[in-house]
Amino acid sequence: MPMLRDLVRKVAAKNAGPFQVTVDVFCGSAEAYARVAPALSDRAVADLFGIAPQVLRRFDIPDLHVVKFSMPRPVVQGSRRDRDMHGAQFATLLEELLI
Amino acid sequence: MEDCKLTTILVPSGVLGLGFSQAALDRGVAMGCDAIAIDGGSTDSGPHSLGTGQSKYSRAVCKAEWRALMQARARLGVPLILGTAGTSGTDSTVDWMYQITCELAEELGQTLRVARLYSGQDTGCVISKLAAGRITPLSPAPEIDAAAIKSMAHIVALAGAEQIQAALQTGADIIIAGRTTDTAIIAALPLARGAHPGACWHGAKIAECGALCSTHPGTGVIRVTFDQTGFEVEPMAPEAACTPHSVSAHMLYENSDPFRLYEPGGYLDVSAARYTALDMRRVRVEGSEWVPGPYTVKLEGARLVGYQTMLLAILREAHYVANAQAWADKLVTVLSARVADQIGLATGDFDIELRLIGVNAAMGALETRESLPAEVGALCLITARDQAMADEIGRLANPFLLHMPLTEDEPLPTFAFPYSPAQTSRGAVYEFALNHLMGLDTPMEVFRLDLSEVGAHADVA
Repeated sequence: MPMLRDLVRKVAAKNAGPFQVTVDVFCGSAEAYARVAPALSDRAVADLFGIAPQVLRRFDIPDLHVVKFSMPRPVVQGSRRDRDMHGAQFATLLEELLI
Repeated sequence: MEDCKLTTILVPSGVLGLGFSQAALDRGVAMGCDAIAIDGGSTDSGPHSLGTGQSKYSRAVCKAEWRALMQARARLGVPLILGTAGTSGTDSTVDWMYQITCELAEELGQTLRVARLYSGQDTGCVISKLAAGRITPLSPAPEIDAAAIKSMAHIVALAGAEQIQAALQTGADIIIAGRTTDTAIIAALPLARGAHPGACWHGAKIAECGALCSTHPGTGVIRVTFDQTGFEVEPMAPEAACTPHSVSAHMLYENSDPFRLYEPGGYLDVSAARYTALDMRRVRVEGSEWVPGPYTVKLEGARLVGYQTMLLAILREAHYVANAQAWADKLVTVLSARVADQIGLATGDFDIELRLIGVNAAMGALETRESLPAEVGALCLITARDQAMADEIGRLANPFLLHMPLTEDEPLPTFAFPYSPAQTSRGAVYEFALNHLMGLDTPMEVFRLDLSEVGAHADVA
Protein backbone atom coordinates (compact mmCIF):
# COMPACT_ATOMS: atom_id res chain seq x y z
CA MET A 1 0.00 0.00 0.00
CA PRO A 2 1.37 3.43 -0.91
CA MET A 3 1.60 6.36 1.48
CA LEU A 4 -0.73 9.28 0.81
CA ARG A 5 2.25 11.50 -0.07
CA ASP A 6 3.15 9.20 -2.97
CA LEU A 7 -0.25 9.86 -4.56
CA VAL A 8 -0.78 13.62 -4.11
CA ARG A 9 0.99 16.90 -4.83
CA LYS A 10 1.06 18.27 -1.28
CA VAL A 11 -0.45 17.92 2.17
CA ALA A 12 -0.48 21.11 4.27
CA ALA A 13 -1.63 21.71 7.84
CA LYS A 14 -2.08 24.95 9.72
CA ASN A 15 -3.86 26.29 12.76
CA ALA A 16 -7.26 27.81 12.06
CA GLY A 17 -7.11 29.96 15.18
CA PRO A 18 -5.75 28.61 18.48
CA PHE A 19 -8.47 26.00 18.94
CA GLN A 20 -8.68 24.31 15.54
CA VAL A 21 -6.34 22.82 13.00
CA THR A 22 -7.03 22.28 9.31
CA VAL A 23 -5.29 19.82 6.99
CA ASP A 24 -5.54 20.22 3.20
CA VAL A 25 -4.77 17.38 0.80
CA PHE A 26 -3.88 18.92 -2.57
CA CYS A 27 -4.26 15.98 -4.93
CA GLY A 28 -2.95 17.90 -7.95
CA SER A 29 -5.13 16.25 -10.62
CA ALA A 30 -8.63 14.89 -11.18
CA GLU A 31 -7.15 11.38 -11.43
CA ALA A 32 -5.34 11.63 -8.10
CA TYR A 33 -8.44 13.14 -6.49
CA ALA A 34 -10.60 10.28 -7.79
CA ARG A 35 -8.14 7.76 -6.35
CA VAL A 36 -7.53 9.49 -3.00
CA ALA A 37 -10.86 11.06 -1.92
CA PRO A 38 -12.82 7.81 -1.58
CA ALA A 39 -9.83 6.01 -0.02
CA LEU A 40 -9.40 8.52 2.82
CA SER A 41 -11.78 7.32 5.50
CA ASP A 42 -12.99 9.72 8.19
CA ARG A 43 -12.43 7.01 10.76
CA ALA A 44 -8.78 6.50 9.84
CA VAL A 45 -8.13 10.26 9.85
CA ALA A 46 -9.85 10.77 13.22
CA ASP A 47 -7.86 7.88 14.72
CA LEU A 48 -4.63 9.30 13.34
CA PHE A 49 -5.23 12.65 15.06
CA GLY A 50 -6.60 11.12 18.24
CA ILE A 51 -10.03 12.78 18.03
CA ALA A 52 -13.61 11.51 17.97
CA PRO A 53 -14.91 11.00 14.39
CA GLN A 54 -17.97 13.17 15.09
CA VAL A 55 -15.84 16.31 15.64
CA LEU A 56 -13.95 15.82 12.36
CA ARG A 57 -15.24 18.10 9.58
CA ARG A 58 -14.55 17.10 6.00
CA PHE A 59 -14.83 19.06 2.76
CA ASP A 60 -14.49 17.32 -0.59
CA ILE A 61 -13.70 20.02 -3.17
CA PRO A 62 -13.44 18.42 -6.62
CA ASP A 63 -12.95 21.78 -8.40
CA LEU A 64 -9.65 22.24 -6.57
CA HIS A 65 -8.82 18.50 -6.36
CA VAL A 66 -8.69 19.02 -2.60
CA VAL A 67 -9.88 17.06 0.41
CA LYS A 68 -9.88 19.23 3.53
CA PHE A 69 -10.16 18.10 7.16
CA SER A 70 -10.78 20.47 10.07
CA MET A 71 -10.90 19.49 13.72
CA PRO A 72 -10.45 20.76 17.25
CA ARG A 73 -6.76 20.75 18.10
CA PRO A 74 -5.99 17.71 20.29
CA VAL A 75 -4.12 20.24 22.49
CA VAL A 76 -4.91 23.99 22.41
CA GLN A 77 -2.22 25.96 20.57
CA GLY A 78 0.52 27.16 22.90
CA SER A 79 -0.89 25.54 26.01
CA ARG A 80 1.63 23.76 28.22
CA ARG A 81 1.35 20.39 26.52
CA ASP A 82 1.35 21.73 22.95
CA ARG A 83 4.35 20.49 20.96
CA ASP A 84 3.82 22.24 17.63
CA MET A 85 2.83 25.92 17.85
CA HIS A 86 1.77 26.27 14.21
CA GLY A 87 0.20 22.83 13.80
CA ALA A 88 2.08 22.15 10.57
CA GLN A 89 3.29 18.66 11.56
CA PHE A 90 -0.26 17.30 11.43
CA ALA A 91 0.31 17.20 7.67
CA THR A 92 3.24 14.81 8.03
CA LEU A 93 1.12 12.34 9.98
CA LEU A 94 -1.51 12.31 7.25
CA GLU A 95 1.12 12.19 4.47
CA GLU A 96 2.44 8.93 5.85
CA LEU A 97 -0.98 7.28 6.12
CA LEU A 98 -1.11 4.09 4.07
CA ILE A 99 -4.05 4.08 1.69
CA MET B 1 -22.89 57.68 -10.75
CA GLU B 2 -21.26 58.03 -7.33
CA ASP B 3 -22.12 54.56 -6.01
CA CYS B 4 -20.57 52.84 -9.04
CA LYS B 5 -17.16 54.07 -7.93
CA LEU B 6 -14.39 51.48 -7.85
CA THR B 7 -12.47 51.11 -4.62
CA THR B 8 -8.92 49.82 -4.75
CA ILE B 9 -6.93 48.63 -1.74
CA LEU B 10 -3.21 47.97 -1.85
CA VAL B 11 -2.07 45.22 0.53
CA PRO B 12 1.75 45.32 0.90
CA SER B 13 2.07 41.90 2.57
CA GLY B 14 0.43 39.43 4.92
CA VAL B 15 1.91 41.05 8.00
CA LEU B 16 4.06 44.05 8.89
CA GLY B 17 7.50 42.73 9.76
CA LEU B 18 7.73 39.88 7.27
CA GLY B 19 8.94 41.89 4.30
CA PHE B 20 7.73 42.82 0.82
CA SER B 21 9.25 43.80 -2.49
CA GLN B 22 9.87 47.58 -2.65
CA ALA B 23 9.65 47.42 -6.46
CA ALA B 24 6.22 45.77 -6.19
CA LEU B 25 5.11 48.42 -3.68
CA ASP B 26 6.35 51.19 -6.02
CA ARG B 27 4.37 49.64 -8.86
CA GLY B 28 1.25 49.54 -6.68
CA VAL B 29 1.73 53.19 -5.75
CA ALA B 30 2.20 54.14 -9.42
CA MET B 31 -1.08 52.40 -10.29
CA GLY B 32 -2.86 54.20 -7.44
CA CYS B 33 -5.28 53.08 -4.74
CA ASP B 34 -7.84 54.40 -2.26
CA ALA B 35 -6.16 52.99 0.84
CA ILE B 36 -3.17 50.92 1.89
CA ALA B 37 -4.03 48.20 4.42
CA ILE B 38 -1.76 45.76 6.20
CA ASP B 39 -2.16 43.35 9.08
CA GLY B 40 0.19 43.62 12.06
CA GLY B 41 -0.35 40.34 13.80
CA SER B 42 -1.89 36.96 14.34
CA THR B 43 -2.44 34.40 17.08
CA ASP B 44 -0.23 32.05 15.10
CA SER B 45 2.92 32.38 17.13
CA GLY B 46 1.13 31.57 20.36
CA PRO B 47 -0.30 33.24 23.46
CA HIS B 48 2.86 35.04 24.61
CA SER B 49 2.28 38.32 22.77
CA LEU B 50 -1.28 38.60 24.07
CA GLY B 51 -0.19 37.54 27.54
CA THR B 52 2.60 40.11 27.81
CA GLY B 53 1.20 42.83 25.54
CA GLN B 54 4.45 42.87 23.55
CA SER B 55 5.24 42.56 19.84
CA LYS B 56 7.03 39.41 18.69
CA TYR B 57 8.43 41.20 15.64
CA SER B 58 11.65 43.20 15.58
CA ARG B 59 11.07 46.91 16.24
CA ALA B 60 13.77 47.86 13.71
CA VAL B 61 12.20 45.72 10.97
CA CYS B 62 8.68 47.01 11.67
CA LYS B 63 9.97 50.58 11.66
CA ALA B 64 11.81 50.12 8.35
CA GLU B 65 8.74 48.63 6.66
CA TRP B 66 6.39 51.19 8.22
CA ARG B 67 8.70 53.96 6.92
CA ALA B 68 8.29 52.64 3.36
CA LEU B 69 4.51 52.48 3.81
CA MET B 70 4.31 55.98 5.32
CA GLN B 71 6.28 57.29 2.33
CA ALA B 72 3.93 55.45 -0.06
CA ARG B 73 0.92 56.92 1.78
CA ALA B 74 2.36 60.43 1.54
CA ARG B 75 2.82 60.10 -2.22
CA LEU B 76 -0.78 58.97 -2.70
CA GLY B 77 -2.55 61.01 0.00
CA VAL B 78 -4.73 58.02 0.99
CA PRO B 79 -5.33 56.41 4.39
CA LEU B 80 -2.80 53.85 5.68
CA ILE B 81 -4.48 51.24 7.88
CA LEU B 82 -2.69 48.82 10.22
CA GLY B 83 -4.76 46.04 11.81
CA THR B 84 -3.84 43.99 14.90
CA ALA B 85 -0.86 46.24 15.65
CA GLY B 86 2.17 44.65 17.30
CA THR B 87 1.23 40.95 16.89
CA SER B 88 -1.63 40.69 19.40
CA GLY B 89 -3.41 44.05 19.04
CA THR B 90 -3.40 44.85 22.75
CA ASP B 91 -3.59 48.50 23.83
CA SER B 92 0.15 48.45 24.65
CA THR B 93 1.14 47.17 21.20
CA VAL B 94 -1.07 49.86 19.57
CA ASP B 95 0.89 52.44 21.58
CA TRP B 96 4.15 50.72 20.55
CA MET B 97 3.27 51.24 16.87
CA TYR B 98 2.05 54.78 17.62
CA GLN B 99 5.48 55.57 19.11
CA ILE B 100 7.19 54.23 15.98
CA THR B 101 4.82 56.32 13.86
CA CYS B 102 5.62 59.49 15.83
CA GLU B 103 9.36 58.92 15.40
CA LEU B 104 8.97 58.35 11.67
CA ALA B 105 6.74 61.40 11.22
CA GLU B 106 9.54 63.50 12.73
CA GLU B 107 12.26 61.80 10.68
CA LEU B 108 10.29 62.08 7.42
CA GLY B 109 9.10 65.63 8.10
CA GLN B 110 5.46 64.56 7.84
CA THR B 111 2.57 66.08 9.77
CA LEU B 112 -0.17 63.52 10.25
CA ARG B 113 -3.46 62.81 11.87
CA VAL B 114 -3.20 59.41 13.51
CA ALA B 115 -6.21 57.49 14.81
CA ARG B 116 -5.67 54.76 17.38
CA LEU B 117 -8.40 52.16 17.68
CA TYR B 118 -8.18 50.25 20.96
CA SER B 119 -9.58 46.71 21.21
CA GLY B 120 -8.45 45.88 24.75
CA GLN B 121 -11.29 44.79 27.04
CA ASP B 122 -11.78 45.62 30.67
CA THR B 123 -12.37 42.37 32.60
CA GLY B 124 -15.17 43.99 34.63
CA CYS B 125 -17.03 44.86 31.43
CA VAL B 126 -16.60 41.30 30.08
CA ILE B 127 -17.86 39.87 33.39
CA SER B 128 -20.96 42.10 33.14
CA LYS B 129 -21.56 40.85 29.59
CA LEU B 130 -21.23 37.25 30.83
CA ALA B 131 -23.77 37.93 33.59
CA ALA B 132 -26.11 39.47 31.01
CA GLY B 133 -25.94 36.32 28.88
CA ARG B 134 -24.19 38.17 26.04
CA ILE B 135 -21.17 35.84 25.86
CA THR B 136 -21.49 32.55 24.02
CA PRO B 137 -18.85 29.85 23.53
CA LEU B 138 -17.58 28.81 20.10
CA SER B 139 -16.67 25.17 19.58
CA PRO B 140 -14.42 24.14 21.21
CA ALA B 141 -14.12 26.72 24.00
CA PRO B 142 -12.68 26.65 27.51
CA GLU B 143 -15.21 26.83 30.35
CA ILE B 144 -15.33 30.34 31.77
CA ASP B 145 -16.81 32.12 34.76
CA ALA B 146 -16.22 35.50 36.38
CA ALA B 147 -13.09 34.25 38.17
CA ALA B 148 -11.63 32.88 34.93
CA ILE B 149 -12.22 36.20 33.16
CA LYS B 150 -10.66 38.09 36.04
CA SER B 151 -7.55 35.89 35.80
CA MET B 152 -6.80 36.90 32.18
CA ALA B 153 -3.63 38.91 31.60
CA HIS B 154 -5.22 40.58 28.55
CA ILE B 155 -8.49 40.27 26.68
CA VAL B 156 -9.03 41.74 23.21
CA ALA B 157 -12.11 41.86 21.01
CA LEU B 158 -11.75 41.48 17.25
CA ALA B 159 -12.98 44.65 15.59
CA GLY B 160 -14.78 44.44 12.26
CA ALA B 161 -15.42 46.80 9.37
CA GLU B 162 -17.64 49.18 11.40
CA GLN B 163 -14.90 50.14 13.85
CA ILE B 164 -12.40 50.70 11.02
CA GLN B 165 -15.02 52.82 9.26
CA ALA B 166 -15.42 54.91 12.42
CA ALA B 167 -11.67 55.47 12.39
CA LEU B 168 -11.74 56.39 8.68
CA GLN B 169 -14.53 58.90 9.34
CA THR B 170 -12.21 60.90 11.59
CA GLY B 171 -10.28 61.80 8.43
CA ALA B 172 -7.14 60.18 9.83
CA ASP B 173 -4.12 59.77 7.56
CA ILE B 174 -3.00 56.71 9.49
CA ILE B 175 -5.09 54.24 11.49
CA ILE B 176 -3.32 52.05 14.03
CA ALA B 177 -5.84 49.48 15.11
CA GLY B 178 -5.69 47.00 17.95
CA ARG B 179 -7.07 43.50 17.39
CA THR B 180 -9.20 43.39 14.24
CA THR B 181 -10.24 40.54 11.99
CA ASP B 182 -7.64 40.10 9.24
CA THR B 183 -10.21 41.07 6.64
CA ALA B 184 -11.87 44.11 8.25
CA ILE B 185 -9.04 46.54 7.45
CA ILE B 186 -9.40 45.74 3.73
CA ALA B 187 -13.20 45.43 3.55
CA ALA B 188 -14.06 48.58 5.56
CA LEU B 189 -13.54 51.24 2.86
CA PRO B 190 -15.15 49.45 -0.12
CA LEU B 191 -18.12 48.53 2.11
CA ALA B 192 -18.50 52.18 3.17
CA ARG B 193 -18.45 53.20 -0.49
CA GLY B 194 -21.22 50.79 -1.46
CA ALA B 195 -19.35 47.96 -3.14
CA HIS B 196 -20.93 44.47 -3.16
CA PRO B 197 -20.73 43.20 0.48
CA GLY B 198 -19.99 39.59 -0.47
CA ALA B 199 -17.24 40.78 -2.80
CA CYS B 200 -15.81 43.11 -0.14
CA TRP B 201 -15.37 40.35 2.44
CA HIS B 202 -14.29 37.72 -0.06
CA GLY B 203 -11.74 40.01 -1.71
CA ALA B 204 -10.47 41.01 1.71
CA LYS B 205 -9.98 37.36 2.67
CA ILE B 206 -8.13 36.67 -0.57
CA ALA B 207 -5.84 39.71 -0.14
CA GLU B 208 -5.25 39.54 3.61
CA CYS B 209 -2.11 37.42 3.28
CA GLY B 210 -0.70 39.60 0.51
CA ALA B 211 0.75 37.63 -2.40
CA LEU B 212 0.03 34.27 -0.76
CA CYS B 213 -2.98 34.09 -3.12
CA SER B 214 -0.58 34.27 -6.10
CA THR B 215 2.07 32.05 -7.64
CA HIS B 216 4.87 34.02 -5.85
CA PRO B 217 3.89 34.42 -2.17
CA GLY B 218 7.19 36.05 -1.15
CA THR B 219 6.68 39.15 -3.28
CA GLY B 220 4.08 40.51 -0.88
CA VAL B 221 2.15 43.22 -2.66
CA ILE B 222 -1.41 42.62 -3.89
CA ARG B 223 -3.90 45.07 -5.41
CA VAL B 224 -7.61 44.35 -5.08
CA THR B 225 -10.39 46.39 -6.68
CA PHE B 226 -14.00 46.20 -5.56
CA ASP B 227 -17.14 47.16 -7.47
CA GLN B 228 -20.88 46.58 -7.27
CA THR B 229 -20.83 42.97 -8.44
CA GLY B 230 -17.42 41.54 -7.59
CA PHE B 231 -13.71 42.11 -7.11
CA GLU B 232 -10.51 41.81 -9.12
CA VAL B 233 -7.15 40.83 -7.74
CA GLU B 234 -3.67 41.35 -9.19
CA PRO B 235 -0.18 40.84 -7.75
CA MET B 236 2.16 43.83 -8.09
CA ALA B 237 5.39 41.88 -8.66
CA PRO B 238 5.73 41.29 -12.41
CA GLU B 239 6.88 37.70 -11.91
CA ALA B 240 3.79 36.81 -9.83
CA ALA B 241 0.38 35.79 -11.19
CA CYS B 242 -3.06 35.28 -9.70
CA THR B 243 -4.91 32.36 -11.29
CA PRO B 244 -8.44 31.10 -10.56
CA HIS B 245 -6.77 28.16 -8.81
CA SER B 246 -4.34 30.22 -6.68
CA VAL B 247 -7.15 32.58 -5.66
CA SER B 248 -9.83 30.01 -4.90
CA ALA B 249 -7.36 27.76 -3.07
CA HIS B 250 -6.57 30.63 -0.70
CA MET B 251 -10.00 30.17 0.93
CA LEU B 252 -8.57 26.93 2.37
CA TYR B 253 -5.76 28.72 4.18
CA GLU B 254 -6.10 28.92 7.99
CA ASN B 255 -9.87 28.50 7.53
CA SER B 256 -11.65 25.62 9.21
CA ASP B 257 -14.54 26.06 6.74
CA PRO B 258 -13.43 26.96 3.19
CA PHE B 259 -16.86 28.27 2.22
CA ARG B 260 -17.84 30.36 5.26
CA LEU B 261 -16.04 33.11 7.07
CA TYR B 262 -17.59 34.59 10.21
CA GLU B 263 -17.15 38.31 10.84
CA PRO B 264 -18.75 40.77 13.25
CA GLY B 265 -22.37 41.16 12.10
CA GLY B 266 -22.67 38.19 9.77
CA TYR B 267 -20.84 35.69 7.62
CA LEU B 268 -19.43 35.40 4.13
CA ASP B 269 -20.61 32.49 1.97
CA VAL B 270 -18.42 31.78 -1.06
CA SER B 271 -20.03 28.49 -2.10
CA ALA B 272 -21.46 30.09 -5.27
CA ALA B 273 -18.35 32.15 -6.12
CA ARG B 274 -17.14 32.12 -9.73
CA TYR B 275 -13.43 32.71 -10.42
CA THR B 276 -12.54 34.02 -13.90
CA ALA B 277 -9.09 34.68 -15.37
CA LEU B 278 -9.08 38.20 -16.88
CA ASP B 279 -5.64 37.55 -18.34
CA MET B 280 -2.56 35.58 -17.34
CA ARG B 281 -2.21 37.29 -13.96
CA ARG B 282 -5.51 38.90 -12.91
CA VAL B 283 -8.63 37.17 -11.58
CA ARG B 284 -12.20 38.43 -11.23
CA VAL B 285 -14.56 36.91 -8.66
CA GLU B 286 -18.35 37.24 -8.47
CA GLY B 287 -21.14 35.37 -6.72
CA SER B 288 -20.00 35.46 -3.08
CA GLU B 289 -22.70 36.43 -0.60
CA TRP B 290 -22.74 38.29 2.71
CA VAL B 291 -25.35 36.94 5.14
CA PRO B 292 -26.12 39.45 7.94
CA GLY B 293 -26.59 38.21 11.49
CA PRO B 294 -26.47 39.43 15.11
CA TYR B 295 -23.68 41.88 15.92
CA THR B 296 -21.11 39.87 17.85
CA VAL B 297 -17.35 40.21 18.19
CA LYS B 298 -14.94 37.39 18.96
CA LEU B 299 -12.90 37.55 22.15
CA GLU B 300 -9.32 36.41 22.66
CA GLY B 301 -7.77 36.12 26.09
CA ALA B 302 -4.49 34.92 27.53
CA ARG B 303 -4.02 33.63 31.06
CA LEU B 304 -0.79 33.14 33.01
CA VAL B 305 -0.02 29.44 33.45
CA GLY B 306 3.21 29.78 35.42
CA TYR B 307 6.93 30.24 34.89
CA GLN B 308 9.23 27.85 33.09
CA THR B 309 12.80 26.62 33.21
CA MET B 310 14.21 24.35 30.53
CA LEU B 311 17.17 22.00 30.30
CA LEU B 312 18.45 19.98 27.36
CA ALA B 313 20.54 16.81 27.59
CA ILE B 314 21.63 14.71 24.63
CA LEU B 315 21.70 10.91 24.84
CA ARG B 316 24.26 9.33 22.47
CA GLU B 317 25.07 5.97 24.02
CA ALA B 318 23.19 3.28 22.05
CA HIS B 319 21.70 1.62 25.14
CA TYR B 320 20.12 4.89 26.25
CA VAL B 321 19.05 5.89 22.75
CA ALA B 322 17.24 2.56 22.39
CA ASN B 323 15.57 2.92 25.80
CA ALA B 324 15.04 6.69 25.83
CA GLN B 325 11.32 6.60 26.62
CA ALA B 326 11.75 4.26 29.61
CA TRP B 327 14.59 6.48 30.86
CA ALA B 328 12.45 9.62 30.45
CA ASP B 329 9.48 8.07 32.26
CA LYS B 330 11.73 7.03 35.14
CA LEU B 331 13.34 10.48 35.28
CA VAL B 332 9.98 12.27 35.62
CA THR B 333 8.93 9.87 38.41
CA VAL B 334 12.21 10.24 40.29
CA LEU B 335 12.30 14.04 39.92
CA SER B 336 8.66 14.49 40.96
CA ALA B 337 9.28 12.48 44.14
CA ARG B 338 12.46 14.47 44.88
CA VAL B 339 10.66 17.80 44.44
CA ALA B 340 7.94 16.65 46.87
CA ASP B 341 10.47 15.33 49.43
CA GLN B 342 13.25 17.88 49.26
CA ILE B 343 11.49 21.10 48.27
CA GLY B 344 8.17 20.21 49.82
CA LEU B 345 5.94 21.16 46.88
CA ALA B 346 2.54 19.52 46.48
CA THR B 347 1.55 17.84 43.20
CA GLY B 348 -0.17 20.56 41.19
CA ASP B 349 2.27 23.24 42.31
CA PHE B 350 4.81 22.14 39.72
CA ASP B 351 5.03 20.20 36.46
CA ILE B 352 7.95 18.33 34.93
CA GLU B 353 7.76 17.16 31.32
CA LEU B 354 10.33 15.42 29.14
CA ARG B 355 10.13 15.56 25.35
CA LEU B 356 12.40 13.28 23.36
CA ILE B 357 13.82 14.99 20.29
CA GLY B 358 14.49 12.33 17.68
CA VAL B 359 11.68 10.12 19.02
CA ASN B 360 8.36 12.00 19.23
CA ALA B 361 9.05 15.58 20.38
CA ALA B 362 6.72 17.13 17.77
CA MET B 363 3.86 14.60 17.77
CA GLY B 364 3.90 13.07 21.25
CA ALA B 365 1.52 10.14 21.61
CA LEU B 366 0.23 10.69 18.05
CA GLU B 367 3.59 9.72 16.50
CA THR B 368 3.23 6.74 14.16
CA ARG B 369 6.84 6.22 13.08
CA GLU B 370 9.47 4.28 14.96
CA SER B 371 13.15 4.53 14.20
CA LEU B 372 16.49 4.26 15.93
CA PRO B 373 18.28 7.61 15.70
CA ALA B 374 21.98 8.13 16.43
CA GLU B 375 21.14 10.38 19.37
CA VAL B 376 18.12 11.65 21.28
CA GLY B 377 17.63 15.12 22.76
CA ALA B 378 15.90 15.15 26.14
CA LEU B 379 14.14 18.47 26.52
CA CYS B 380 13.10 18.97 30.13
CA LEU B 381 10.39 21.60 30.73
CA ILE B 382 9.72 22.59 34.31
CA THR B 383 6.76 24.78 35.22
CA ALA B 384 6.13 26.33 38.65
CA ARG B 385 4.21 29.23 40.17
CA ASP B 386 7.17 31.62 40.03
CA GLN B 387 10.50 31.79 38.23
CA ALA B 388 12.59 31.31 41.36
CA MET B 389 10.84 28.01 42.09
CA ALA B 390 11.09 26.81 38.48
CA ASP B 391 14.83 27.60 38.57
CA GLU B 392 15.21 25.82 41.91
CA ILE B 393 13.56 22.68 40.51
CA GLY B 394 15.87 23.00 37.49
CA ARG B 395 18.90 22.91 39.79
CA LEU B 396 17.50 19.85 41.54
CA ALA B 397 16.90 18.15 38.16
CA ASN B 398 20.34 18.97 36.74
CA PRO B 399 22.42 16.04 38.14
CA PHE B 400 19.68 13.51 37.34
CA LEU B 401 19.38 14.73 33.76
CA LEU B 402 23.17 14.38 33.47
CA HIS B 403 23.73 11.04 35.21
CA MET B 404 20.60 9.01 35.95
CA PRO B 405 21.11 5.33 35.02
CA LEU B 406 18.28 3.27 33.57
CA THR B 407 18.74 0.59 36.25
CA GLU B 408 20.67 0.56 39.51
CA ASP B 409 23.11 -2.18 38.45
CA GLU B 410 24.69 -0.35 35.54
CA PRO B 411 27.55 2.14 35.55
CA LEU B 412 26.66 5.80 36.00
CA PRO B 413 26.19 7.36 32.56
CA THR B 414 27.10 10.92 31.66
CA PHE B 415 25.02 12.51 28.94
CA ALA B 416 25.91 15.58 26.91
CA PHE B 417 24.93 19.02 28.18
CA PRO B 418 25.37 21.32 25.19
CA TYR B 419 26.16 24.50 27.18
CA SER B 420 26.71 26.02 30.61
CA PRO B 421 24.66 26.82 32.55
CA ALA B 422 22.57 23.81 31.60
CA GLN B 423 19.32 25.52 32.52
CA THR B 424 17.53 28.45 30.94
CA SER B 425 14.81 30.53 32.56
CA ARG B 426 11.97 30.87 30.06
CA GLY B 427 9.93 33.40 32.00
CA ALA B 428 6.15 33.60 32.11
CA VAL B 429 4.11 31.18 30.03
CA TYR B 430 0.53 31.87 29.02
CA GLU B 431 -2.34 29.99 27.43
CA PHE B 432 -5.25 31.05 25.22
CA ALA B 433 -8.27 30.88 27.47
CA LEU B 434 -11.15 32.42 25.48
CA ASN B 435 -12.86 31.33 22.28
CA HIS B 436 -16.14 33.17 22.70
CA LEU B 437 -18.43 35.65 21.01
CA MET B 438 -19.64 38.80 22.76
CA GLY B 439 -22.90 40.45 21.72
CA LEU B 440 -22.82 44.25 21.31
CA ASP B 441 -25.59 46.88 21.24
CA THR B 442 -23.54 49.13 18.94
CA PRO B 443 -20.26 48.32 17.15
CA MET B 444 -18.26 50.97 19.06
CA GLU B 445 -19.62 49.91 22.45
CA VAL B 446 -16.40 48.21 23.60
CA PHE B 447 -13.84 49.92 21.32
CA ARG B 448 -12.20 53.33 21.78
CA LEU B 449 -10.86 55.83 19.24
CA ASP B 450 -8.17 58.41 19.89
CA LEU B 451 -7.15 60.99 17.28
CA SER B 452 -3.81 62.82 17.50
CA GLU B 453 -1.84 65.16 15.28
CA VAL B 454 1.79 64.09 15.17
CA GLY B 455 5.04 64.94 13.41
CA ALA B 456 7.17 67.80 12.27
CA HIS B 457 4.65 70.63 12.50
CA ALA B 458 2.16 69.06 14.88
CA ASP B 459 0.26 71.49 17.04
CA VAL B 460 1.37 70.12 20.40
CA ALA B 461 -0.66 71.88 23.07
